[in-house]
Amino acid sequence: MDRGLNAQPALEFRGVSYRINGSIILENLSFCIDPGRTLVLLGRSGSGKTTALKMVNGLLFPSSGQVLVESRATSDWDLIQLRRSIGYVIQEVGLFPHFTIGENVGLVPRLNGWTPHRITARVAELLHQVGLDPVRFLNRYPRELSGGQRQRVGVARALAAEPKLLLFDEPFGALDPVTRVELQDQFLELRDRLQITSIFVTHDVREALRLCSEIALLHRGKLEILAKPADFMDCQGPEARAFLSTL
Amino acid sequence: MIPPYLWQEIAQLTGEHFVLVLVSMAIAAGAGLPLGILLTRRASLRTPLLGFANVMQTIPSLALFGFLIPIPFIGGIGKRTAIFALVLYALLPILRNTLAGILGVDRAVRESAIAMGMTGRQLLWEVELPLAAPTILAGIRIATVTTIGTATIAAAIGGGGLGVFIFRGIASVDSTQILAGAIPAALLALLSDGGFSWIERRFSVV
Repeated sequence: MDRGLNAQPALEFRGVSYRINGSIILENLSFCIDPGRTLVLLGRSGSGKTTALKMVNGLLFPSSGQVLVESRATSDWDLIQLRRSIGYVIQEVGLFPHFTIGENVGLVPRLNGWTPHRITARVAELLHQVGLDPVRFLNRYPRELSGGQRQRVGVARALAAEPKLLLFDEPFGALDPVTRVELQDQFLELRDRLQITSIFVTHDVREALRLCSEIALLHRGKLEILAKPADFMDCQGPEARAFLSTL
Repeated sequence: MIPPYLWQEIAQLTGEHFVLVLVSMAIAAGAGLPLGILLTRRASLRTPLLGFANVMQTIPSLALFGFLIPIPFIGGIGKRTAIFALVLYALLPILRNTLAGILGVDRAVRESAIAMGMTGRQLLWEVELPLAAPTILAGIRIATVTTIGTATIAAAIGGGGLGVFIFRGIASVDSTQILAGAIPAALLALLSDGGFSWIERRFSVV
């Protein structure tokens, strides 16, 4: 998109490796994401994509190499501040069961010290954006919602404090196919409107092609391919072919 | 029928018993909760601390009261020794349930809380403790009901309470005296159990 104005990548992985108990989870991973773009990390279970994602908001740190958010290594960030500026959506949603929907969505704004009035307005706006009627849902609890509704709340919660980055870890993996497509559409619409840099982890190549600006294919902790969706279709590597054959 | 002087003594000893239990439980909860939280943060302490609490539980209560008598400062004859012993007994269920309650918080919920930028303190007070509260409360409930029973033995070392009736009744083979101690103790246990169940229902959020 408008690269000329801000040539600095929003996020960069620089030679990132991650080892735990002698096994290598990630090996020398390097890539950049420009502001406003969506990178999809595609790979099988155990390919290291979730591990890579968790390095962005400092849930994990590289064994070697660096993850740079706005050109600053995650190890140099104040972690609390970093995390509050990054939206995080996971497959299990992880809504707080003892908080109402309104309290769930308004959490990070509250942690950031917004006024109650501003939080209320923001929460209503967000619920509206993800297609939930604020009047109906504000005071309900997560257990009263369907899986799809819960994940919509999860997305609203991630967007609440106007994050500079969004992380998605197979967010729609547990949903039925129809709801999944609905939420993908929602994601696309929000992304185009808000222009937030996003990383999206999935093992579904169809979803990857639909949502990405670029696809990064991970295989056994290594970056196999980094390509635009059109180019990815023509990739000849065995792992890429394996994924494309599922189409 | 029950003579009036007995009623008066029942009221007095029930009050004593109640205070004995209340003080013991306040200390046990006051120590057990923070210790339980500490155990969730320091896995290496779990085995020794839970082991200690477990061993305390296995000592027959009459023996424990006896053991404590010759120990300076905490021991001797009277309420202080009794309370100390009761605290040792109440500690295990509180410790274990605090640990289990907090470790039982959904992994995804905990991870979300951290990823959203909660500090350790916020995670504890806003997420872990509220979600663990039913389990922790259940631990305190079990400990309280048990303590009400065990506290009758306090009379053996001069700790007072409803045990006074029971020991006196046994010594004089007087079942009226035994019942004068046992029935109020049972009622006290039932009442506190009911009270806790009311609290659980009143404050259940999930």
